[in-house]
Amino acid sequence: MTRASLTGTRIRERRTALALKQADLARGVGVSPAYLNLIEHNRRRVNETLLEALAAALGVDPLALSEGAEGALFDGLREAAAEAAPGGTPPEAERIEEFVGRFPGWAALLAARQARIGQLERVLEGYSERMAQDPFLAATLHEVLSAVTSLRSTAAILVEAEEIAPEWRKRFHLTIHEESLRLSDTAEALVGYLDTLDEAETGLSSPQEEVEAWLEGQAYHLAPLERAAAPASEAMVAGVPELASGAARKLALAHIAQARTDAVALPQEALRRALATEGHDPARLAQALGVPMATVFRRLAALPPEPGVPPIGLVICDGSGTLTFRKPAPGFALPRFGAACPLWPLYEALSRPMQPIRAVLDLAGRVPQRFLSFAFCQPSQPAGFDGPQLMEAMMLILPAPAERAPVERPVGTSCRICPRGACLGRREPSILAES
Amino acid sequence: MAQQHVLLIEDEPNIAEAIRFILTRAGWRVSLHGDGSDALALIRDAAPDVLILDLMLPGRSGLEILADLRTDSALAALPVLMLTARGQGRDRDAAERAGASAFLAKPFANADVLDAVRRLAGGQV
Repeated sequence: MTRASLTGTRIRERRTALALKQADLARGVGVSPAYLNLIEHNRRRVNETLLEALAAALGVDPLALSEGAEGALFDGLREAAAEAAPGGTPPEAERIEEFVGRFPGWAALLAARQARIGQLERVLEGYSERMAQDPFLAATLHEVLSAVTSLRSTAAILVEAEEIAPEWRKRFHLTIHEESLRLSDTAEALVGYLDTLDEAETGLSSPQEEVEAWLEGQAYHLAPLERAAAPASEAMVAGVPELASGAARKLALAHIAQARTDAVALPQEALRRALATEGHDPARLAQALGVPMATVFRRLAALPPEPGVPPIGLVICDGSGTLTFRKPAPGFALPRFGAACPLWPLYEALSRPMQPIRAVLDLAGRVPQRFLSFAFCQPSQPAGFDGPQLMEAMMLILPAPAERAPVERPVGTSCRICPRGACLGRREPSILAES
Repeated sequence: MAQQHVLLIEDEPNIAEAIRFILTRAGWRVSLHGDGSDALALIRDAAPDVLILDLMLPGRSGLEILADLRTDSALAALPVLMLTARGQGRDRDAAERAGASAFLAKPFANADVLDAVRRLAGGQV
């Protein structure tokens, strides 16, 4: 049983949960109860139009029916397969759907274990990074080892040497006293330093993930900033459980500062009015509204979810290609770690600053999906002409128009889980069968 | 037979004094220096039989000093015992690559220092 063919099961589960009769749902979407019955038992495929109608009637996103909640489950299992130790019997990656279908409990457990391993690896990386780069720890360790070395050598001399001149003995006693005090002071400082470390600083998520969890909780829309008397930034991050670390709060404050500036430059109502006349083309919107393109990108992604507004994803990267902001669009997964697909228009924009790039994306996956993307890169000179030039590229991700574009760009999420075996941009082998 | 000379370049005075005591009692002549910046000139002047060199020194690191020594034809064969407060593999590798004859990680036993110096002075590098 394939993942797509589980759509019927999800439709049935959702309908049952809503206590909706099969006949009523069938009538509502314009099909016969018998046909719906076949669909629900995965004996008929659902076309896109009917899927959308069913999703609307059941009050869910179409993807929730076609992909289900198993999206994360499948991703987790693919990751687990990708990280399987070499040498042993390789996991049957091509039979993941069968595994999930036959052993859903084991599959969920394996995916949860994979997620937990990922979390613990990040904790380890955090500690390792801290140990390797923290100047205080490095200096303290040096002090401790120096004091211990001195104490050990001196104490051994006093114990082992049969005859020691009184002036040497006095000197070594003084050394032991001095080094004991030094060791005591260093240990005290080290304990004090470790006490100040917030557990979350090296906890289960990176600061960027904490910020993203906070934004996700608000559907990436900071509603207070839309009001005339917006609250202070500090008040917006105070006591927020997701922002546990100092670094995350700092990132969140920077995000709020940018969002506040954007909200003033481009009020939500003005954007809505312009959308009605100009559509979603960011360049047309920027021209009509007299604001920079980057402002339009960010404001489009910050629109609140509401009927008639398509879900808009946004990714931003810096000059190194590192993703610095991730707002996923439904069905367009963004890699949390490692590099993304090199064929994303985002990276093309990075190499062609100030040139807008519009592309319809054909996203590889078990259920291939299409998206409309707008990408743009804006250089800046924050320190003036003589300072370094910084690059920031952005890519908006919207639902694709129904009609096919003359050229659509095949892309993926990242090489490891992309099934396009013959892709010219491939960096490393995929764990999936070639499509 | 002339007394053999050990030059110890170590910025921790208590460690330096302890090593000096151990080696002096064993019959060595020991001189001390605590700074890396002028160490190379001092080594050239002193021409010791064995050099004990700390890796982390103020002014100039032990690795840099060692690298210069190995390119100086007069000092290229000088036996060098490297000391470091970080007994990690990467430090040992770096010291060996730079041309250290032997390596001791702090904290060490006094007997280990003595054994290492004896071996180096005896040509068992």
